Amino acid sequence: MTSFVLQVVQTLLCIALAPLVTGLVRFVKSRLQGRRGPSLLQPYRDLYRLLQKEAIVADSASWLFRFAPYVTFAAVWLAAAMVPSFSTEMLLTPAADLIALVALLGLARFFTALAGMDVGTSFGGIGASREMMIASLAEPAMLMMTFTLSLLAGSTAPAIIGGFVVGGGVGLEVSLALALAAVVMVAIAETGRIPVDNPATHLELTMVHEAMVLEYSGRHLALMEAAGMLRLLLYMSLIACIFAPWGVAQPGAGLGGLALGFVAYCGKVAAMAVALAWFESMIAKMRVFRVADFLGGALLLAVLATIFLYVSEAV
Amino acid sequence: MQALHFDIAHMIDALVLMMGFGLLYQRRLRSVLRTFAFQATALAAAAAWQAYIQEAPHLYATAAIALFFKAIAVPMALNWLVQRLGIHRAVETALGVGPSMMIGVVLVALSILLVLPVTENATALTRESLALAMSVVLLGLLMMITRRNAVTQVVGFMALENGLILAAVGAKGMPLVVEISIAFSVLVAMILFGIFFFRIRERFDSLDLHYLEFYRGERQ
Repeated sequence: MTSFVLQVVQTLLCIALAPLVTGLVRFVKSRLQGRRGPSLLQPYRDLYRLLQKEAIVADSASWLFRFAPYVTFAAVWLAAAMVPSFSTEMLLTPAADLIALVALLGLARFFTALAGMDVGTSFGGIGASREMMIASLAEPAMLMMTFTLSLLAGSTAPAIIGGFVVGGGVGLEVSLALALAAVVMVAIAETGRIPVDNPATHLELTMVHEAMVLEYSGRHLALMEAAGMLRLLLYMSLIACIFAPWGVAQPGAGLGGLALGFVAYCGKVAAMAVALAWFESMIAKMRVFRVADFLGGALLLAVLATIFLYVSEAV
Repeated sequence: MQALHFDIAHMIDALVLMMGFGLLYQRRLRSVLRTFAFQATALAAAAAWQAYIQEAPHLYATAAIALFFKAIAVPMALNWLVQRLGIHRAVETALGVGPSMMIGVVLVALSILLVLPVTENATALTRESLALAMSVVLLGLLMMITRRNAVTQVVGFMALENGLILAAVGAKGMPLVVEISIAFSVLVAMILFGIFFFRIRERFDSLDLHYLEFYRGERQ
């Protein structure tokens, strides 16, 4: 029963928190750039406004175009709800394994790319092809990282890996640091943050994700944007759960433990949002063709992480 | 406590190795020099940490030498040279970034395969730091092979030497004299390289060593 209640809380929490995290990143970024910036609540207002508006669909669009936002949003929401955030005692925790998460995100990406191509505009096609190129490079890196962690902790479930790390099963392992670097690089590429894609631009030469959702409006666009925000929160929760699992409430924790877990989770996500904003302000966007080198670097780090497991005899 | 000490030492060693990969990843001369300065700083940190855990005060001298000469003096001198010669544009690579990084991973695996049988009786801790240092050496060598520009080749040489120092500070009982003489010979080499840069440039109007091959008659 507890696990069911906690799961519902978690599911609602991630949808409630995701726009706030995006708002925080934008706020810190504008402060770093010397602007006052929009309020933290602006993403909520944007989503509300979009939901009020009429959805316009192009003449050439098929049923797929209307169907894709719901699938994308549902898949990302489910994936975000599966990652344990403040407690590991949840209904979906046993099902939450990294490979399932990759698959759910892949499903969302597949439908977004199809919808981008469905209308037949050239921007949609460019965006879809770029997105698929990035995905084909990011997924091997993510799976290699999963492989390293499963060799180390004996499981691909984030909750169990986190428990292993916090329980002192490993010290400061070089492999873990390399895996963290790899997953951060993959997360930057997958969530379309600055060196790979710029979430704030509509410049046709550089946009990736924005190009695919260019034809959407109204509630469809609101769902696509919400899915993007959820994806950012999902990667932050995943990194917090695996690499910084301190303070997460273990099964059987009381109300105090849960409150502590919640505060720790909010702190970790806020810290990551500030770090992301700082990083994005420091760096320039790279050319699309350099993305292959960037994600190749992530794959390489993940491979090195596996290699070093054998040297340190942690296996 | 002991285990944590060694873990931190390995983290710093791994940072030096990552900077070695960073050198292969960078294309612009300026970024290469900056990455090299970071690598030397990480090396200084590694030496200082070894000085602390081995209680060997002379390693602090090694750390200071690494910090002042390799993290500050050499990058500044090379930057000045690059400025003087007006070549702060993109680095020309004989081999692309992707393939050279892949070869880099293969080299890391190779150095591990080499280190494992040799150090059968050693603990896993020594083994890991030796493997890391050896990888840094091989990556420096790879950089010297894959780059055409004389400045990046010199950076590769210096990175190789960083790997040697990294191996030396990890081993117990390395005399300070050896380290000082290595550090100074590198400085001398640096000055010689500087003179050669100007000579090569005078002769060929470029620092691309590719032109030397025509001169030697290896290519028509």
